[in-house]
Amino acid sequence: MQSFVNVWSRTPLRARWLIFAFLVVVLPLGTYPIERATNFGLLTQINRALIFVVLALGLNIVVGFAGLLDLGYAAFFAIGAYAFGILTWPPHGIELTFLLAIWLCAGVASIFGIIVGSPTLRLRGDYLAIVTLAFGEIIPTAARNLRGITNGSQGMVPLGKPNWGVIEAVFRLEPGRLAVGVDPNFWYYVIVLLVVLVLFASLRLDKSRLGRAWKAIREDETAADFMGVDPIRTKLLAFSIGASFSGLAGAVFASMLGFISPDQFRFQTSIFLLIIVVLSGLGSVWGVLLGGLILSLFDGLFLAQILPELLPDVDIQSLRWIFFGVGLIVIMIFRPQGLFPRREAVRAAEADKLPLDLQATAVKGGD
Amino acid sequence: MATLLEANGVSKRFGGLVAVDTLDYTLETQSINSIIGPNGAGKTTFFNVVTGFYKPTTGAVVFDGGEISGMRPNRLTHIGIARTFQTIRLFNNLTAVENVLIGMHHRLKAGWFGSILKPKWVREEEAQARAEAVALLDYVGLKGYEEVFAKGLPYGLQRRLEIARALGTQPKLLLLDEPTAGMNPNETQDMVVFIRRLRDERGLTILLIEHDMQVVMNISDKVTVLDYGQKIAEGLPIEIQRNERVIEAYLGRRALEVLKHVG
Repeated sequence: MQSFVNVWSRTPLRARWLIFAFLVVVLPLGTYPIERATNFGLLTQINRALIFVVLALGLNIVVGFAGLLDLGYAAFFAIGAYAFGILTWPPHGIELTFLLAIWLCAGVASIFGIIVGSPTLRLRGDYLAIVTLAFGEIIPTAARNLRGITNGSQGMVPLGKPNWGVIEAVFRLEPGRLAVGVDPNFWYYVIVLLVVLVLFASLRLDKSRLGRAWKAIREDETAADFMGVDPIRTKLLAFSIGASFSGLAGAVFASMLGFISPDQFRFQTSIFLLIIVVLSGLGSVWGVLLGGLILSLFDGLFLAQILPELLPDVDIQSLRWIFFGVGLIVIMIFRPQGLFPRREAVRAAEADKLPLDLQATAVKGGD
Repeated sequence: MATLLEANGVSKRFGGLVAVDTLDYTLETQSINSIIGPNGAGKTTFFNVVTGFYKPTTGAVVFDGGEISGMRPNRLTHIGIARTFQTIRLFNNLTAVENVLIGMHHRLKAGWFGSILKPKWVREEEAQARAEAVALLDYVGLKGYEEVFAKGLPYGLQRRLEIARALGTQPKLLLLDEPTAGMNPNETQDMVVFIRRLRDERGLTILLIEHDMQVVMNISDKVTVLDYGQKIAEGLPIEIQRNERVIEAYLGRRALEVLKHVG
């Protein structure tokens, strides 16, 4: 193990990226034999986990970068999914193509982000949390009751699938839209592209003028205001960019499943995403990517499938939240900066421990 | 000399409490001005009115020829008002250079789209801004501390970083709320010299609240004394030192009588 780490750290960065990319591309080949042996639906779970990574990265912008506690983030996931439903469900007669619809859904979600944000982002701290909590409850309830638009609690099925003849030809799939649309291998690559896109945007935003302004707001909103950062505008941007990630994820998720119903977007989803971001390390983009994958797979694969098989007599589902609750408490006690914090956060935590004068000399090189 | 700031009959009430009471005040360009007064005299409230944190209950503030009362703090930063705080309010988990870059935020143009795509002009803008921020840190005496977290700096340097951040906004008027609070005599003397340099080298107009009378008398072109929200005296430091109402406000009527007796 040690020697592996050594070899890895001596490998040039570009080569590391290539190896990483190669592994990502060939991953479905590796999961295939496992799936045949165990029938856990491994790749389907990975796809689901990657969707949650996209969501968590969006929430990371709102909570991690800008420090806005959003307890109803799943609402934007629902809005993206329902927008996709409205745009592609055959009875509505719009039936947009996948590639056009998903961007519209991202746009719709970010507009909702602005609508919800404009009045509420004037509130601070707990008040914002309460309003977003309510918003997270309103959206699924509205979806249940606006029967004419959303088909109520029955949900909408079937929804639009990508209909890409080129890919069908390349992968030698049977012709017809469903073949591509339900194949987990196909969705894996679509979702990986989505993750790459959102990851890229997150990393760039992190190290930009806007990312800096978000962090300043998180640190001290009043001081940021006095230094020329418009707090409302800046927070709105965090809210709407975060919402657009979520809308995009919602649309792809809806298309992948092929149906949506109000129950998929409950309060638990918001809380689960918040747990991912906090456990991984607030504001840490790579951490949220890694933590999102691990926690979603732990939830979808280990808790939902493997453990029930090992312990058939125990009702695991009812214990599900206890695992996360205990995990959260343990992490907050022993590693409050999260499992995979950003490098700056580690340095900042160390800075808290050193006496001030020592610290200054440590950085100045001891002159 | 030209007038940079003019407050006409400014009042700020909080319920029944009148924190600032029909105050008239003018600031000349490129001068150092102090506001002094006992605790609760309304000094910081007046600061907060000038910097847009409070809207005056009555009266108007005119800055650089335009009415500013009721404008938000971040808008006032755009037109050239910057400040520091009585209790230091840095962005603790950002580095020194990032703190200064926040001060420069409103002068940079990259939006969300530019931040994600980072075209050439954005990268150039960012590199230029960083160089300017480093130069500002050097100017206030923080060379070598660029990548230190604000919370990791010694107290005196935190005060200087706050000034560097304010300078990053390219102000015309700089308000300093007790810049030497908590400093030892040497640090205080350095700060006095530094504030003079800000006026002379950068052409800034400076308004400060200060409790250290030696600093006030040493540095000010004009001293204004507030008590219970009202201006009770204004003038050159030497005039204020002899003003009876000022002595009374600080030490009480009885002390004044004793002093008269002795004097």
